[in-house]
Amino acid sequence: MNTPALNLGNPPAGEDRIALAWQALAQVEDPEIPALKILDLGLIRFVRVHAGVLEIGLSPTYVGCPATEVIRHDVVQALRDAQIGDCVVTSVLSPAWSSDWITAAGRQKLLELGIVPPARAVSKLREVLGAERPSACPLCQSTDTQCISEFGSTPCKALHRCRACLEPFEYFKCI
Amino acid sequence: MSAAAADSEALFRYVLRLGDLSLVLGQRLGEWVGHAPALEEDLGLANIALDLIGQARLLLSYAGEIEGRGRSEDDIAYHREQGEYLNPVLAEQPNGDFGQTIVRQVLIDAYQLELYERMAASSDERLAAIAAKSVKETRYHLRYSGSWLVRLGDGTEQSHALAQAALGRLWPYTVELFAEDDLDRAMADGGVAPRLAEVHAAWTVRLDELLGQATLKRPGDRAHSWHGKRGQHSEHLGYILAEMQYLQRAYPGARW
Repeated sequence: MNTPALNLGNPPAGEDRIALAWQALAQVEDPEIPALKILDLGLIRFVRVHAGVLEIGLSPTYVGCPATEVIRHDVVQALRDAQIGDCVVTSVLSPAWSSDWITAAGRQKLLELGIVPPARAVSKLREVLGAERPSACPLCQSTDTQCISEFGSTPCKALHRCRACLEPFEYFKCI
Repeated sequence: MSAAAADSEALFRYVLRLGDLSLVLGQRLGEWVGHAPALEEDLGLANIALDLIGQARLLLSYAGEIEGRGRSEDDIAYHREQGEYLNPVLAEQPNGDFGQTIVRQVLIDAYQLELYERMAASSDERLAAIAAKSVKETRYHLRYSGSWLVRLGDGTEQSHALAQAALGRLWPYTVELFAEDDLDRAMADGGVAPRLAEVHAAWTVRLDELLGQATLKRPGDRAHSWHGKRGQHSEHLGYILAEMQYLQRAYPGARW
């Protein structure tokens, strides 16, 4: 699951290198929702240096999401462009990514795009079954909404409809 | 064979059982793409297929590492014969009508949910991580399939009759899911996997609740003679593999 380390010449030292890596990562967009950065989604688990190699921990949102491969590629490209030395991207499965890790800025951006941000994950998995729904229509704020499909244009979103303004909208699922 | 080699061979086979179940079911669901009754269901079934194939990738990659012969997830998926596939035969049963697909999905979603919830505490760290990740997705799969089961069962006379018929047809295959053999026992003894009896009990409670809402009757358990978990499959798997493996068999190592 690891991308081979890239040999990129002389890296800057320690702390600077990690800070520069974060700066580079801050530019990487989500391929499905480009207004969102991967940092907004909380996909980067750690940036550290081990034996001279910069290691980036990246979590998939959904295990089969095709965007994961694109994100991995974009991360490597961003680090290469930043010229901060050898790096490796490690896939981190545990603990599993949660929609709770989407930042406040990320939630705001989703809402501005007409996608209702996820409810906060409940501690007990079973409680989500049947209980979860978006808080309100992102257009008219009515709470009279209906689920059309548990799966929308991507695995992470469900399709809903507002019964007040009749507009369909997407809901970023809580996992 | 040394004890350690025997343990690793057992774990390899067990992980293949899990991975093959997800892979074969994902491949089956993929057949609905472009054919589902409505666009929403097309997307729903395709997204579930995508999750399942994602799980299969994690599991088959891990199996390849356990085996230690350098086989990748693709080598394992595309270059094994039917007898080397270890999924329970329920996964390979044909899609039939939409109702039959939904019934098969409910049976397997509920099984994977109960299995993964418990496997998240596995003594095998990698399996624990894969299970903890997968269970989050499986929850949504069951929400989808379960809500459809209720709509079909408690729907029109025709949808009820079709759902009940599909349940009768597929139920006998569920026996294999919970039939504990030496490998299942060894995994449970080592804390790698939960006891199947425990998974079965939880699955039954969940199924009864859903079937009750769907006004469907649970068929009785029948003696079964299916051993997909040991590589003995129904006639359907070969056709799935022929389609899925064709490209890599004709052009080994082809990439895109």
